[in-house]
Amino acid sequence: MIDAHAPAQPQSSGAPPALIALEGIGKTFGRVKALADIRFQFRSGECVGVAGHNGAGKSTLMAVLTGVLQPDGGIMTIEGRPVSGYDPNVARAAGLRCVFQELSLCANLSVAENMSILHPALRGRDWRRRATRLMLEQLDAIFPGHGLKGHELIADLTLTQRQMVEIARAFTVVSDPVKLVILDEPTSSLDAHTAAQLLAFVAKAGERGIATILISHMLGEIVHAAHRVLVMRDGRVAAILPREAITQDAIVAAMGQDLDAGVVHTTRRETGNGHARATLAYQWTLGAGARTSIDASRGEVIGFAGLAGQGQSEALLTIYEAATKGRERVAFVAGDRPRDGVFPLWSIAQNLDIRWLLGARREPNGDAKRFALLPSTIDRRAARALAAEWTERIGIRGAPSAAGILSLSGGNQQKVLFARALASDAQLILMDDPTRGVDIGTKRELYRLVREEAARGRTFIWYTTENDEFAHCDRTYVFRAGRVTRLLHAHECNEQSLLAASFADVEEVPA
Amino acid sequence: MNWTLDRATLRALLPAFSLVAVLVPIFLLQPATFSYFGIGLLLNLAVPLVLATLAQLAIITANDLDLSIGPFVSLVACIGATLLADRPLVGLAALAGCVLLYAAVGALVEFRQIPSIVVTLGLSFVWNGLAVLLLPTPGGVSPTWLTSIMGYQTPFVAAPILWSTVIAVLVHLLLMRSSFGVRLRGTGGNPRAMRRFGWSLVRGKALLYGIAALFGVLSGLCLLGLTTSADANLALRYTLLSIAAVILGGGEFIGGRVSVIGAVMGATTLTLAASFLAFLNVSPDWQVGMQGAILIVVLSLRVLLQQRRGGHR
Repeated sequence: MIDAHAPAQPQSSGAPPALIALEGIGKTFGRVKALADIRFQFRSGECVGVAGHNGAGKSTLMAVLTGVLQPDGGIMTIEGRPVSGYDPNVARAAGLRCVFQELSLCANLSVAENMSILHPALRGRDWRRRATRLMLEQLDAIFPGHGLKGHELIADLTLTQRQMVEIARAFTVVSDPVKLVILDEPTSSLDAHTAAQLLAFVAKAGERGIATILISHMLGEIVHAAHRVLVMRDGRVAAILPREAITQDAIVAAMGQDLDAGVVHTTRRETGNGHARATLAYQWTLGAGARTSIDASRGEVIGFAGLAGQGQSEALLTIYEAATKGRERVAFVAGDRPRDGVFPLWSIAQNLDIRWLLGARREPNGDAKRFALLPSTIDRRAARALAAEWTERIGIRGAPSAAGILSLSGGNQQKVLFARALASDAQLILMDDPTRGVDIGTKRELYRLVREEAARGRTFIWYTTENDEFAHCDRTYVFRAGRVTRLLHAHECNEQSLLAASFADVEEVPA
Repeated sequence: MNWTLDRATLRALLPAFSLVAVLVPIFLLQPATFSYFGIGLLLNLAVPLVLATLAQLAIITANDLDLSIGPFVSLVACIGATLLADRPLVGLAALAGCVLLYAAVGALVEFRQIPSIVVTLGLSFVWNGLAVLLLPTPGGVSPTWLTSIMGYQTPFVAAPILWSTVIAVLVHLLLMRSSFGVRLRGTGGNPRAMRRFGWSLVRGKALLYGIAALFGVLSGLCLLGLTTSADANLALRYTLLSIAAVILGGGEFIGGRVSVIGAVMGATTLTLAASFLAFLNVSPDWQVGMQGAILIVVLSLRVLLQQRRGGHR
């Protein structure tokens, strides 16, 4: 491990200057120091992993690199020349591209039309044909078998397809070269197969001299792909790990998080199983012809596995509808925060207590209260106490609870959504890939909460795209093409069996 | 994959269906209208509404709403009937000033992040006030060149159909097919992404508002050419009709999702709907309500299409 504050290593006289060198970059928002004294060099053909908590300054650093934000201090040089008047256009001309975590596609435009947003040079008579050709070539190169044609509206694509388009677009060349591509959580909506295709392509691009910056909460990907790892903490460079020192443990240690929560895998909750098995609380049938049956007991954590977009979210929605009709007390934790998670104009506290307000309308015995003639007023004191309690308990950091929800980082917004469900009276909690783009520290807190709450008799149904999370589930249903192909019990649920079931041919599925 | 195509096609065809659904009963009720002059009469007032609809469409593309387009079209007609007829240069300067002012309003809306509805609602009174100042009582005279352009008899196809088609195709090419138009639509689709890639949103909105004003000016002049005299309240109802036509044509209030050809069909449908109801001897008092009912039916159909998509996904 290299000390972060050691002077940058002098260039040997013959070596070309670094692609991009940062010398003491700093950025302050109000009183918050988002970046402080960042020193780092990005070299051609190298894949640099960037890791850190939510709010460690990764996104701010990338915004500075792409010219969206101007740094307050420090010098940035591109291929040895200091830059001035740096903005997104200069950054693009210099060969910098970025795949944004929350995607930067225009949903009202087609796949090909979105090319013109990135490339001002795409104009003139046959710009559309050129854009389509470039986009498809790049999609073919990165994600063979993507199945896109170029004229589809982004609004009609799945999240996975959109992410594929966003990634492919960043690598296309019209007039400006591609030298450095920033991949911010590029695999958060990709399944294991397409994520592997992307990592393979990153390695190939590196051989052609294209540098990449890989920001990922899936440390396994960084370990797999990165040549060096830049670990950030509180807006500073916490460590720079050379190739041979990159391990998940080393990254986590440098991020300043303890590893003891990792023991989870061995001390997984076996307790809930024994007595709860007896009371089969829920049973649903879903899918075409109601062939798929899913059941759950009180206090059980059920996993939904499989490649992304194989019908897991739809199954959750079906269950939600059935449970609502059956007057079950159910809550839903959304994974696609902007679309069906947060109320963007509401405060953190309002976002947190909305589901609880629904429950407060019930009689103590759990029956839904009949609609009163007069709407009752909200018990503001109780609402405030609830918000304060959960902010504390779940560790929502970054803004007071009266501030708008969007002032929080993505991971903290997700915590609010979790708190929304857990603070309610819901006994059945459905989770739709809730840890998408959440840092590992937050994830472990969430795992702990799930286990605690399950021990109190709450039932969780948990769809996730991250295979190691099924270690926290009692039973796991593996989905393929909208059907359940396998049911894995906790002891047989490992990486191999999950992958085997996920990639099972559809033909094998009993029709 | 097949289903995606079907859904997109169905959605795109809905404005055409509604147009046919209004047109066929008219021809059945009054076979005489199925002729060059009949269609010309039916669609006489379609062209100004088509242009006003395209002005509204430019604003809706930017995720905004223009509540002042009706008064603006009236003001343009008043300018045309007074200044433009008496002192053409002053008249042209006044119209150019209006367009620049509109563009400046667009820039202001983006720059200060003010809701466009508030700004344009305020502006609607300004336009109306100016129009009353120019023309306190209905009157004025349309410039003769304008009247003769609008009275021009095109060969084979009735003039309103020809003009509407030409306008639809030109604007479609500009806004939907050209890279320039695609980028303008991008500002409505994902403003944040546009900014991150170095596009100026202020410039984008100023352009879209400027385009809206251009169509507003054209709409006002067309209307004047058809009616030959002006009135400060001539086109007030265009505000809501234009919004209805854009939505009828497949546009969405937010997200920059619009269709030029659909909007032109929507405007034509709304014009025809009024004639259709007149043929049915529905009193003018009820016509506005019936137009609203037609709108609700078409929009419900669209929602149904979207729900079917949800069920299949």
